[in-house]
Amino acid sequence: MADLSVNFAGIKSPNPFWLASAPPTNMGSMIERAFDAGWGGAVWKTLGEPIVNVCSRLASVDNGTSRMMGLNNIELITDRPLDVNLKEIRECKRKYPKHALIISLMVESKREAWHEIAMQVEDTGADGVELNFGCPHGMSERGMGAAMGQVPEYTCMVTEWVKEATRLPVIVKLTPNVTSITPPANAAVKGGADALSLINTINSIIGVDLDTMIPHPNVNGMAAHGGYCGPAVKPIALNMVSELARNENVNVPISGIGGIGTWRDAAEFLLLGATNVQVCTAVMHYGYRIVEDMIDGLSNYLDEKGFASVNEIIGRSVPRVTDWGALDLNYKTVARIDHNKCIQCNLCHIACEDGAHQCIPFTELNGSRYPIVDESECVGCNLCHLVCPVPGCISMVRLDSGNQPLTWRELTSRQ
Amino acid sequence: MSLTHDSPLNIEQIERNFCEIAPALTEAEAIFESNRCLYCYDAPCTRACPTHIDVPSFIKKIASGNLTGSARVIFDANPIGATCARVCPVDVLCEGACVEKTLMAKPIEIGRLQRYATDAVMSRGRNVFKVGAGNDKTIGIVGSGPAGLSCATYLARLGYAVTIYERKSLPGGLDTYGMAEYKMSQVVSVEEAKMVERLGVEFKLNTKIGHDISFDQLQEKHDAVFLGVGLGATTRLNIPGEDLPGVYDALDFIERIKTREWLDVPIARTVAVIGAGNTAIDVVTQARRLGAERVLMIYRRTEREMSAYKYEYELAKQDAVEFWWLTAPVEILADEKNRAAALRCVRMEFGEPDSTGRRSVQSVPNSEIDIPCEMVIKALGQKKMRELLGGISGVELDAVGCVVVNEHTMQTGNEKFFAGGDCVNGGREAVDAAQTGKLAAQGIHRFLFGEQVELAGARLPFVEKIAGELPAAAPAAYDGPATPAVDLGVKSYGGPER
Ligand SMILES: Cc1cc2nc3c(=O)[nH]c(=O)nc-3n(C[C@H](O)[C@H](O)[C@H](O)COP(=O)(O)OP(=O)(O)OC[C@H]3O[C@@H](n4cnc5c(N)ncnc54)[C@H](O)[C@@H]3O)c2cc1C
Ligand SMILES: Cc1cc2nc3c(=O)[nH]c(=O)nc-3n(C[C@H](O)[C@H](O)[C@H](O)COP(=O)(O)O)c2cc1C
Ligand code: SF4
Repeated sequence: MADLSVNFAGIKSPNPFWLASAPPTNMGSMIERAFDAGWGGAVWKTLGEPIVNVCSRLASVDNGTSRMMGLNNIELITDRPLDVNLKEIRECKRKYPKHALIISLMVESKREAWHEIAMQVEDTGADGVELNFGCPHGMSERGMGAAMGQVPEYTCMVTEWVKEATRLPVIVKLTPNVTSITPPANAAVKGGADALSLINTINSIIGVDLDTMIPHPNVNGMAAHGGYCGPAVKPIALNMVSELARNENVNVPISGIGGIGTWRDAAEFLLLGATNVQVCTAVMHYGYRIVEDMIDGLSNYLDEKGFASVNEIIGRSVPRVTDWGALDLNYKTVARIDHNKCIQCNLCHIACEDGAHQCIPFTELNGSRYPIVDESECVGCNLCHLVCPVPGCISMVRLDSGNQPLTWRELTSRQ
Repeated sequence: MSLTHDSPLNIEQIERNFCEIAPALTEAEAIFESNRCLYCYDAPCTRACPTHIDVPSFIKKIASGNLTGSARVIFDANPIGATCARVCPVDVLCEGACVEKTLMAKPIEIGRLQRYATDAVMSRGRNVFKVGAGNDKTIGIVGSGPAGLSCATYLARLGYAVTIYERKSLPGGLDTYGMAEYKMSQVVSVEEAKMVERLGVEFKLNTKIGHDISFDQLQEKHDAVFLGVGLGATTRLNIPGEDLPGVYDALDFIERIKTREWLDVPIARTVAVIGAGNTAIDVVTQARRLGAERVLMIYRRTEREMSAYKYEYELAKQDAVEFWWLTAPVEILADEKNRAAALRCVRMEFGEPDSTGRRSVQSVPNSEIDIPCEMVIKALGQKKMRELLGGISGVELDAVGCVVVNEHTMQTGNEKFFAGGDCVNGGREAVDAAQTGKLAAQGIHRFLFGEQVELAGARLPFVEKIAGELPAAAPAAYDGPATPAVDLGVKSYGGPER
């Protein structure tokens, strides 16, 4: 069985699966149950001055039969007293010395406040701190969370403050609510961050109740924007993670967060440069037990691919990500339909007809009407392949020889 | 002697008639079906499965594309999970319990998904478990049916040297020799036995204990012995003509079918089958598939008393079997060639209920009727193995002939002997036998090492009771006059008397 243990900025954990700072890490007894279920690490629900939450905090979008494609929340940081949290952290770390226990922090923008909380946490024996510069609702209105993460100078400054006060590894958790993820990431590294984690939640309004015409989640007739997470945000997170993994200035490990629910999701983050992953929504949906298949599935995958350690796949796909201008314009594929497998649902036909390039007409074959690709018109966009419900029925076939690659950059520099 | 092949059907048609009643799921079906599962916590299907397979876990693994892991979850709780996927009466077990049934009127097809996952690893000839670190103890297992194979698997995984003694030439017990051919053919159970062999278990086939080797010798050779011998031959009718050519025992008839040598399987135009249990159903449905034109099911009571499952009874109905209720055989008549030619029956009627409330039946005077038929098949249930097991010192049998065991450890009155499966429960399902084999493995380990292991699904997963109370139900909306209070003559409970 492949070795799943990872060393993240000096923090060791038996596997790369950590719980993200959120309700599943609200208190010691919960984290202890999570560790028993198999989680390798956990980031404690953000500590700070205790707050008061509103009732009705979550709302979600479903996709067909599947619930909670995307989750939205307007919850704030911990509502438990600091001393209770600190006591439980100490106890939890003592009971689970081999697991990673990271403490998420958010206090007002004052040097002493950050110094004090960092030292209090170091004293508990926790393995590291994560600076929550990402919360996009509520806390940001008080000048914390995303309000800090959206201004690179603040990000750098507060990271420096924390580094002054503790020897613990400092992870900076970034907000995706920025035009480019690079400036805040660079600022965190400049401020001395030992690692980055991303993404926190995305600004969102999840929907509107069509009867009452009040947006979700309804708090006494009113709603505020919240933070979006869950399966729907994964592609956004993957893009941001890979962007930082490709960035030479970012020479610290990355913790991938956003929409991870299975070992497959996790493997994709690792391949695109994350050293470990954090999970929130999937656990809120199904419980801590999901980690069992994450561990089992990832280790079977590594075994089948012949890797002895999870470290061997970290960043493996990063070199495969480039800019559009460096893609081969002469790469030519077309769709081909296996008519032995075709169930004649004709989804490919209508998709191409109305959503692409009108190149899947019908053809009579032995008295039945079949969709058939006109290869001379097909632009190889993949749409029919994506909508076909039959595995292996429509494949994208390569037609060019691969001998004369030509990129847009080359093309324009020649002209 | 064997009857000549007397079927109007050609071999191709018979092959088609015996194709699987529940075929394999395609990839697309498996993806759809596995995603349909709600992934219940403390799932009713897991509770309903006698081996307590973690059903939602294995189904979600199919959905996540982790088929190896899925098969491991199944085989971990049930070493004959591939057989059970095909032969379990799922509507009274897992699928019957599936809450999906109430949500969508159609339960998740758990049996077929289980087959999908197990096929995926078995088709690659893979084992999903490793042999445990060896210990110095050896165990002898008598019988390679579900009980024996299950017990052997767990013991091998715990590090024991295990030998299975089997009187037949193929392993698998009734999984190999008894299952209706349209549910499952021998290949599956034999392949499953090979997985057990790959765990290092030694199979001594064609070896009858009590004949080739005595129980005493076995007891001397091994540190413990597991009895998974199942049941014996079909019960006799005790009527004249019972031994005529043309009269068959259900188990022999099915065993011939299992070879798929269709030309050697006896069949006739009219076949009378005596009994109304699941075995009788297997016989009538298969006789029809072989080409018998008329198949009669003869039973002394009515459909209300029959022990066959509803699903099985429906199968027989679909196959246009004639049911002769309240009919009892009294004699099998011969033709001039001295072969079975007719079944003489009497009509029955219900008498007064006996002390257990079951109404007795008695024959109606002068109601004899001769039913012409060239073949009679007896499907009355199997005899217990009294002669074989009665001689083992210390092993106790109950009044009907079942082995008496401790229900947690499966240990018999002789501390070295453990038992499970049909010989203990008197004849249930393959999955029940697998569970008792598992419990016996735990019992044997505890007996020899004093250590209690927890094998997957040995017990129901423990789920904490929810603390507190349910809120009082909100009063129903009611806008008519207040409902008058009615004194039901029952005092409401107001706490202990002061
Ligand atoms: C016709 C029929 C159809 C059935 N269909 C189904 C079904 O569809 N689904 C289902 O779940 N269950 C079905 N069952 C029930 C199921 O087959 C049994 O419950 C199950 O096989 C019992 O397992 P076992 O290991 O106790 O015994 P068996 O499967 O009977 O195995 C006992 C083994 O011990 C061997 N043995 C006996 N004596 C000796 C000896 N002295 N020395 C060496 N070996 C010996 C036998 O040869 C046999 O291989 C059916 C049963 C019958 C009879
Ligand atoms: C209800 C809720 C509360 C959260 N609270 C915090 C928090 O206190 N601190 C923090 O850093 N992130 C918080 N998050 C964000 C998560 O840690 C995580 O970054 C985000 O949900 C994306 O991961 P996911 O798609 O796996 O859910 C919260 C998320 C949710 C749904
Ligand atoms: S999950 Fe339901 S019961 Fe639990 S705190 Fe939220 S609203 Fe209350």
